[in-house]
Amino acid sequence: MTAQDQSPVKIAWKDVTVRFGSTTVLDRFSLEAHEGRSLVIIGGSGVGKSVTIKTALGLIRPSSGKVEIDGHAVKHNREDDPGVAQIGMLFQSGALFDSLPVWKNVAFRLLHAEHMKADEARERALEALDQVDLDRENADKRPNSLSGGMLKRAALARAIVGRPKILFFDEPTTGLDPVTADVINKLIKRQVKHFNATAVSITHDMASMRTIADDVAMIKDGKILWRGPLSEVESCENAEVCRFVRGESEDE
Amino acid sequence: MNPVRALGAGLLALLQSAGAVTRFALETVFAAVRPPFFGGQLLQQLFRLGFLSLPVVGLTALFTGAALALNIYTGGSRFNAESFVPNIVSLGIVRELGPVIAALMVSGRVSSGIAAEIGAMRATEQIDALHTLATDPMRYLIAPRVIAGVIVLPLLVIIANLIGILGGFAVSVQTLDFDPSVYIKNTLDILERWDVLSGLIKAAVFGFLLTLMGCYHGYHAEGGAQGVGQAATNAVVSAAVLIFAANFLLTSLFV
Repeated sequence: MTAQDQSPVKIAWKDVTVRFGSTTVLDRFSLEAHEGRSLVIIGGSGVGKSVTIKTALGLIRPSSGKVEIDGHAVKHNREDDPGVAQIGMLFQSGALFDSLPVWKNVAFRLLHAEHMKADEARERALEALDQVDLDRENADKRPNSLSGGMLKRAALARAIVGRPKILFFDEPTTGLDPVTADVINKLIKRQVKHFNATAVSITHDMASMRTIADDVAMIKDGKILWRGPLSEVESCENAEVCRFVRGESEDE
Repeated sequence: MNPVRALGAGLLALLQSAGAVTRFALETVFAAVRPPFFGGQLLQQLFRLGFLSLPVVGLTALFTGAALALNIYTGGSRFNAESFVPNIVSLGIVRELGPVIAALMVSGRVSSGIAAEIGAMRATEQIDALHTLATDPMRYLIAPRVIAGVIVLPLLVIIANLIGILGGFAVSVQTLDFDPSVYIKNTLDILERWDVLSGLIKAAVFGFLLTLMGCYHGYHAEGGAQGVGQAATNAVVSAAVLIFAANFLLTSLFV
């Protein structure tokens, strides 16, 4: 019995189908993320990785099937959903609010959802910046004055400031140089461990997968092609997974 | 394509859009009356929509009032009715031109701006981020803008009315040899409370429509920079059409 099987299911996609017009993105898709473990979802472009995360966040309503967090179905577009409320999310672009300084971006949830006093929220935001190794002197800057790596750190600080039980990472290293990407991967690993959170990441970056994953799932044609622990990914049980992880095209 | 089928498809698309806009409007009203309220956002929007629109609204009102006085004088002189210039200028400005001109100018400045801003937020996943931060985008982004529009437009129209009448007054006294005191007396005598009030009601409705269109098209923007540009264009065009349509309906009710 693997460690994955021993820990309870935190997030479950149950027979989820998502259609956009005549295009089926997820096709009776089922997957489980276990408590305290880091699941990395890999797959080619346009196979439905981001859609998978957005169904768990309640941003996309499945055409059929359901997503459950702690056994409760996630409601569509309900920011007060108790499952969604324990989530921290790092978006691919960072998705920081241009009109707010960094500290207000980081403290957004505390200020607007938890109605914390500004002084206290600022202090928590600064602590979160410390946790992601971003200098406090950046707290009053606007997001557009930060570099790509700093932006990801600020976005990561925003994701963790609410002390989440679940963390989602959407292509966390996209657009970063390899050294900065490695720093971000290690930060993610550290934060997931620190919060003992359940993490679900989607990535094309195999270095990222190797750093942050406990378990790996590969999507193809809207379904799970393969899943298993990180240690088995490169054992090449499945030739297609093996090729993808090695970055080889079919005719190589 | 079969023309009947094309007509039917066009009609269905129109009804679908009307339904989507109506639903969005209802969601906006619901978000506006249900806590939590974002007072800081509202104040910011009052400033951006109201104060920053003052120059453009004031200038257009001034020139509109001045041109109206000249036109009425020219037309009135054909049947010796030049003396009605102050009456018609003030009525025309307060009941019709003040609200419509102000709304059109604000829609050109604000509807496109709102659509571009919210559209860019959609394209960069900032709206999705609001959800993940336990904040309803309808309450945080949309409701403050629409409430600000409803509050600000009547205030801008009061200012536009005063400046428009002043424009007519200046031209009439300076170039058409009207007596200033007679002009002012005629202006005040002709205006009734309902004339002013009906114009302000129109302004509030226009404020709702022009901000709603900006929000609606921005919120549903798709396809990156091109989609954001298209949303801004659609917002201005649809706001302008709705302002004229609502103006006709309200004028029919108020006469």
